[in-house]
Amino acid sequence: MIGFATRRIVQAMIVMLVVALLAFTMFRFVGDPINQMVGIETSIEDREALRERLGLNDPVPVQFFRFITKAAQFDFGTSYQFRQPVSELFAKRIPATLELSFASAVFALVVGIPMGIYAGLNRESPISKMFLSVSLIGISLPTFFIGILLIFLFSVTLQWLPSFGRGETVQIGSWWTTGFLTISGLKALILPSITLGLYQMTLIMRLIRAEMLEVIRTDYIKFARARGLPDRLVNFRHALKNTLVPVITITGLQLGAIIAFATITETVFQWPGMGLMFLQAVQNVDIPIMSAYLMLTAFLFVTINFIVDILYFFIDPRLRVGRP
Amino acid sequence: MSVLDIKDLRVEFPGRKSVFVAVDDVTLSVDAGKVLGVVGESGAGKSTVGNAVIGLLQEPGHIAGGEVYLHGKRIDQLPYKEKRRLRGRKIGMIFQDPLTSLDPLQTVESQLLETIRTHLPLSRSQARQRAIELIEAVGIPDAPERIKQYPHQFSGGMRQRVVIALALCAEPELVIADEPTTALDVSIQAQILDLMKELCRERNVAMLVITHDMGVIADITDHVAVMYHGELVEYGETTQVLGAPEHPYTQSLISAVPRPDIKVERFPVVNYIEKAGTPQKQIDIATHWLGKARDYEKVSGPLVQIKDLDMQFETRGSILPSRRKYFKAVKKVSFDINEGETFGLVGESGSGKSTIARLVTGLYQPTGGSIRFGKTELTSLKNRKDVLAMRRQMQMIFQDPYSSLNARMRVSDIIGEPIKFHRLASSNAEVRQIVDDLLDHVGLGAAAGKKFPHEFSGGQRQRISIARALATRPRFLICDEPTSALDVSIQAQILNLLKDLQQELGLTMLFISHDLAVIRQMCNRIGVMRNGELCEVADCDQLFEAPQHPYTRELLNLMPSLELLSRANLATA
Amino acid sequence: MPFITNEDPKSAVPDSAAPVKEPGRIARLLDSDIFHSFLKSKVTVVAATGTAILFLLAFLAPWIAPHDPFDLASISIMDARVPPFWMEYADPRFLLGTDDQGRDMLSAIFYGMRISLIVGFCSVIAAAVIGISLGLVAGYMGGRVDAIIMRIADVQLTFPAILIALLIDGVAHGIFGSIDREIFAFYILIVSLALSFWVQYARTVRGSTMVEKNKEYVQAARVIGIPSVMIMVRHILPNVTGPVLVIATINLALAIVTEATLSFLGVGMPPTQPSLGTLIAIGNDFLYSGEWWIAIFPGLALALLVLNVNLLGDWLRDALNPKLR
Repeated sequence: MIGFATRRIVQAMIVMLVVALLAFTMFRFVGDPINQMVGIETSIEDREALRERLGLNDPVPVQFFRFITKAAQFDFGTSYQFRQPVSELFAKRIPATLELSFASAVFALVVGIPMGIYAGLNRESPISKMFLSVSLIGISLPTFFIGILLIFLFSVTLQWLPSFGRGETVQIGSWWTTGFLTISGLKALILPSITLGLYQMTLIMRLIRAEMLEVIRTDYIKFARARGLPDRLVNFRHALKNTLVPVITITGLQLGAIIAFATITETVFQWPGMGLMFLQAVQNVDIPIMSAYLMLTAFLFVTINFIVDILYFFIDPRLRVGRP
Repeated sequence: MSVLDIKDLRVEFPGRKSVFVAVDDVTLSVDAGKVLGVVGESGAGKSTVGNAVIGLLQEPGHIAGGEVYLHGKRIDQLPYKEKRRLRGRKIGMIFQDPLTSLDPLQTVESQLLETIRTHLPLSRSQARQRAIELIEAVGIPDAPERIKQYPHQFSGGMRQRVVIALALCAEPELVIADEPTTALDVSIQAQILDLMKELCRERNVAMLVITHDMGVIADITDHVAVMYHGELVEYGETTQVLGAPEHPYTQSLISAVPRPDIKVERFPVVNYIEKAGTPQKQIDIATHWLGKARDYEKVSGPLVQIKDLDMQFETRGSILPSRRKYFKAVKKVSFDINEGETFGLVGESGSGKSTIARLVTGLYQPTGGSIRFGKTELTSLKNRKDVLAMRRQMQMIFQDPYSSLNARMRVSDIIGEPIKFHRLASSNAEVRQIVDDLLDHVGLGAAAGKKFPHEFSGGQRQRISIARALATRPRFLICDEPTSALDVSIQAQILNLLKDLQQELGLTMLFISHDLAVIRQMCNRIGVMRNGELCEVADCDQLFEAPQHPYTRELLNLMPSLELLSRANLATA
Repeated sequence: MPFITNEDPKSAVPDSAAPVKEPGRIARLLDSDIFHSFLKSKVTVVAATGTAILFLLAFLAPWIAPHDPFDLASISIMDARVPPFWMEYADPRFLLGTDDQGRDMLSAIFYGMRISLIVGFCSVIAAAVIGISLGLVAGYMGGRVDAIIMRIADVQLTFPAILIALLIDGVAHGIFGSIDREIFAFYILIVSLALSFWVQYARTVRGSTMVEKNKEYVQAARVIGIPSVMIMVRHILPNVTGPVLVIATINLALAIVTEATLSFLGVGMPPTQPSLGTLIAIGNDFLYSGEWWIAIFPGLALALLVLNVNLLGDWLRDALNPKLR
């Protein structure tokens, strides 16, 4: 177990290093950071002085090392657009994105998993076929268009739900704000989280169905049937558990994807999260925010993947117990 | 009253164009404590009979006629729920592949307990007690400890024992075993067969064994039913059917089984099933392309000399050399092959015999030792031209006829590729001519060239493989289990073809097989391998009459006795 | 493997039953199982027809569109925000209404679909070429080459394609500056889409290659002496095309969606060369003021296009999967 976890942690750190290198390259070589920081009227001498002060004349490996050390302390420099420390900007926006992602992940899992199991077990039933058709439409509609349709229907036409923002939020602790505790906050959450979760939900459903169909063809399921076990045991104890092994990996990846896809949903619903900020940064070539976002999301993905690997370890005895 | 009675069974698989009748008009019965064998080649419908009895026919297959009785009670028309209650409780089933028959995520104990408690009104602890007894009964030591383990912690043979325990756990009256030992090595096969025979007698269970293997039939069955294309061609007591077969199909099937006890010149031609193809066109080797340019230098002494050959595979990679783990597939193996002889290598799976074939052909680089071919040391060849010259002289025939041909190429391109690549013909027209001749020569006919591999049966594909191997005009041919994926009757044809070609072209052969009987029919000298080591090398007759090494003796003892089989039609050498 | 282990109905048909005369290629295609499963699935036939019609409309846009939305001379701001034909104040010249600049929505959709499809096809081809070559090399060579290529793929796979495309886009704009943006937008899009999607091809092709490489026909080719590159191209590549075809189809749908998303977010195609995504982005601003058709019609066209391609991909996957037959 410990060896397994250490190996995974080392791998995760390598991934983070590669991402950091990318972020650093972007930060250092895309455009001239000095030009972004000062006005046109600054003299060449002042520019040089600033360059020297920021250490931009040091050898590149030294700069990279400094970049990593600072990043590890959540220091990503100053935003070109807002002239504020990037870390402060993110701190204000992380709760919004995480709450939105959490709500949509719950929606995707709670709805997607049972639908997938049902469709996998009852391959020919009309309800499964309906699930499948609906899911195909869900996959084919781009996220942003789903958002637009929902806004058009529930905000513009019916005027039931708000079309932008988080509603009222409550401050918890020094930096977390939550929309879960107010009516308007919860109402504001409904449309964005459905928009964001719908695609993942259909994906999870289709994946579970496909895996179920594969597992049901295996010899051990046939042998379980040949032993006369009741369908309930065969389907849930044998088929479902074996389905979970690959499903968990992909689901983990999908949860990571939710955080990334939040960018789109946040834009459609003007949700004040870090995705929206990232997008504005991309449009305005605000490199410090871009590289910080890259590192932060990478960190979240790597953490999720690590948790998934550990879960895997508990589900699959072939990883846990060696041969005699 | 018999335990199982099948009357006029007919099973159909409706297809897009026509209805395929997998089983037609089959009538069988099995008594308690007796073993009935159902034997036949692929496509005979034998597995379908078993699946029809237990009610697990693959969709869209269904029973289209006839009746199935268990203890006089008709079971083929029972509703789904009642049929399911029969499974496991009254009818147990054993599948072919023990590695995939058990749920990898559940312990052996939980799989046993759920089955026992589904069928018998026992408490958890009583069921557990029963599970331990069963595991002991199938010969797994340390039962209380072992049942807590997961399937992957058991070896293949042990897993098949677990599968048998699962099939027996609710004391069924009938056990259906579908190719129960096909996936196992000879030594394990013998143990499992003994166990099944013993349990059947002890518990007074009726057993239906489905197999393609005459050895299994001869070994454990009391009665045998021979099936061919869905129909029952012969049915009776095993000694009677095997010793004095009446139906021409059974006769040819039995005469095609290779014998370990006598050496025959040629296998009797079985033309009941698959036509051996158009008769071979006689060619004059002295003038024909196949015989031309056999300008290989003469060698004094053996053609192939293998000395201290070593091969290890990395099983666990690591940056630190001390943490790497290796598996030694071949350990210090030395032997010679003389020009014009057939040298046999025999051993169980994992003994390293196929690795040697791949080392000699250069598919693997050995980690130590030397391979000399004529005067050339193969392991130190660097120059690409020299390597190609060597490759041309030695060719290989592979085991699996379904994967050894590229499915996306026409047969004529498959056979023409080596000719073109080694520039053995001056024009495309000549290549075509040679390919046509080769196809004729292996008994397929030139028209086969235009088709794709999937249009041929296993035996025909193996003929294409042989034609491809001959296309470089090799002097040394390596056959790696060339017939182990084929039915016996087809196997006899392919072995005859190889024998003919060898005589005609003066080929030297390395013949690898797990089947001692086949080895005896094909080889002049034989090497026996175990765990990467060569135990014994001896002349063919000497090895079978007076084996020296204890392992050779063990292997010979484990061979299913085929003495029951009729010896009509056999011309001994 | 089917449950009826040895009894594959096809193999049991005696060889003598094979017809003496060889049927032609087309006859064989029409008789093949794949073609039959195609005809059997009505949804697929509809999807194939739908896809064909949409592709035709898109590629023939300059000839069949009622107006040229890029011809500034024919556009009049007087025609702006005309609603579709069934509503009040509709103009019979503009079947689906006009946008804020007076461009005919129907024509704009045809042209937009054309741009979306061209970007989609180009990026799918580029991604496939990169992915297939790297996958073949990684799978066949194994060892260190494989480890390096697959590590890169793994790291990249941690990030969703849209994020990678966004980043590449942002970086490209940082390098080229906003002036050249309009000229390069098309190429930047294709590069960023190709670089986000190659991993899937590489992983699939690598997996299949590793299976194929151990098959005996590849070993036979090696015994003959055929060099590695020739084995990869002549022997392995034709045998791994099935899964690649499936991925390419599904990827075309994904590329179209991703392109639309990028354009919607304002980092894809510029309003001067609008793709469907750009059109929706323009229309999004008018959603609240009642001119819903400017966003909704291009959106529906996009959904229809993607749905049809996805349906085809879905069917193709099932038809080519031997396990599900």
